[in-house]
Amino acid sequence: MNIAVCVKQIPDPAAPGSIDPESKTLRRDGKLIMDDSDSFGVEMALQLVDKAGGGEVTLVSMAPNGETSGLRTALAMGATRAVLVSDPKLHGADALTTAKVLAKAIQRYPFDMVLAGTESSDGYTGTLPVQIAELLGLPSVSFAKKVSIDGAVVSVERQTEAGYDDVTCPLPAVVSVTAGVVEPRYPSFKGIMAAKSKPIETLSVADLELDSIAVAEEVQAVHDAQARQGGEIFEDDGSGFEKVVAFLEQLKLV
Amino acid sequence: MGVRTVWVLAEVTDGVVSLTTAELISQASTLGDRVECFSFNVDPSAIASTLGSYGAHKIWSVGELGGRLAGPVVAHAMASVAVNEGRPGAVLVGQTYDGRDILARLSVKWDLPVLTNVVNVTGELPDLVSEHAIFGGEKIVQAHFTHSSTGLFAIRAKSFEIRDHQAVEPEIVNVPMSEEVVADQAKITRSHVEERVGPKLDEAAVVVSGGRGLGQAENYQMIEELAKLLHGAPGASRAIVDAGWVPYAYQVGQTGKTVKPSLYLAVGISGATQHMVGMKAAKNIIAINKDKEAPIFQIADLGIVGDAHKVVPQLIDALRARG
Repeated sequence: MNIAVCVKQIPDPAAPGSIDPESKTLRRDGKLIMDDSDSFGVEMALQLVDKAGGGEVTLVSMAPNGETSGLRTALAMGATRAVLVSDPKLHGADALTTAKVLAKAIQRYPFDMVLAGTESSDGYTGTLPVQIAELLGLPSVSFAKKVSIDGAVVSVERQTEAGYDDVTCPLPAVVSVTAGVVEPRYPSFKGIMAAKSKPIETLSVADLELDSIAVAEEVQAVHDAQARQGGEIFEDDGSGFEKVVAFLEQLKLV
Repeated sequence: MGVRTVWVLAEVTDGVVSLTTAELISQASTLGDRVECFSFNVDPSAIASTLGSYGAHKIWSVGELGGRLAGPVVAHAMASVAVNEGRPGAVLVGQTYDGRDILARLSVKWDLPVLTNVVNVTGELPDLVSEHAIFGGEKIVQAHFTHSSTGLFAIRAKSFEIRDHQAVEPEIVNVPMSEEVVADQAKITRSHVEERVGPKLDEAAVVVSGGRGLGQAENYQMIEELAKLLHGAPGASRAIVDAGWVPYAYQVGQTGKTVKPSLYLAVGISGATQHMVGMKAAKNIIAINKDKEAPIFQIADLGIVGDAHKVVPQLIDALRARG
């Protein structure tokens, strides 16, 4: 069982985000870390390969500036190798362009399944996994909250508006997993040391033989949303609930 | 089909057209001259008058999918209709599970980019501008496509008003599921409905949500109790859904439901940007949280800095006493 996992490296979400005034896109030039939502895909891949009795987990990632620290984290968790497509041409690339790049990168190594997070924590586009599936001509199951493999079939519990569906899908397939689907492991010291010597293959757009990279949408303007004014704040001294009741009375809810 | 036509994905649950579908058709009517819907897993004649009352001129019915996931089947139907009829000026889908899958597949078929998490679309075809909330709704980004081809948009729930429209009797055309797309696809073998008590989360006038500050899963009972007393729906932050305390159907936020109640009561929720995007449009917000620096207090009309384990039981007792 060989699994490719899409990993995005993003600015630390704990740090305040900012917009580049010129390109009006999210600044991504600082230090990048592995997106938390992708750690679930990495963990899931490691567990599935383990259960299947062995195989390789290949990370695929795209970054405009050659950043690898997020990939090292995933390698330290136990992934076999990483393929990083890094090219200044990819600055401001949209989800479809990213999907084309990653689909090419995925095809460099044999795979039975592609795993990805449902959406990144910085861009939230949420279409990439299924775009990759369509590009590769594969079936897909998005929003998986439970995944198991039996032979050449993957079984998934897929979220729905009302609950969830049991879905079966022939392999190879693309599966996107939700946060919380598994508990991502912390890299061990041994893992961190081993990750230093694991291969990260760095490629340019030209290496992938992709025809064209076009920026197809642009941000016209960024403005402040209508600000919501904060109201009154009280320290609870045992009578906090009374303030709430009074507020509910005002709203005629009690 | 002209560039002044807008396609809207019609989503139906148990025979009922979703509110988001109604919102999309309403707005689509303002963007171009003609609105056409794609429906699946429903008898189109059963929803025709409803879709027509919002302004839909035509329904392309893909019919029953026999358990197949909508993404590849509906995207294939859209692409095949476009071969004969031409592509529309824009395609609007809700930011739902199936909506995103369909849009993603269509984007590859047509080699066109998508704009998702849209909270507004304005202008008139072919010059549309979309709006996106970022940084937890603090800033609004306005974007447009640089190409002049079909605009593909996934739109968050409650982005548009549902407007009265002069009723139209939509024409129904069948576009049956194609055999070539049926082979080797994912299939639903069983559907599970996670029962919820009280009104629907995204339609309730009062929403009471709990977060990590509740301490442990058992304490979520307080939230359900409080919601019941206020005739509201219980909700949750992503943190406690990920932790498995409550089902995903309770989640409010970026990856969960968007709610717009007249009162949102947040208990033990700090107010991560991911959460705020889903509830910021509430008319009134009350927050109860131990940490006085919690971002939720910046948008709360009333904030109580205190321990949820003390304040909420007192509040429940006070409300019960009033009967």
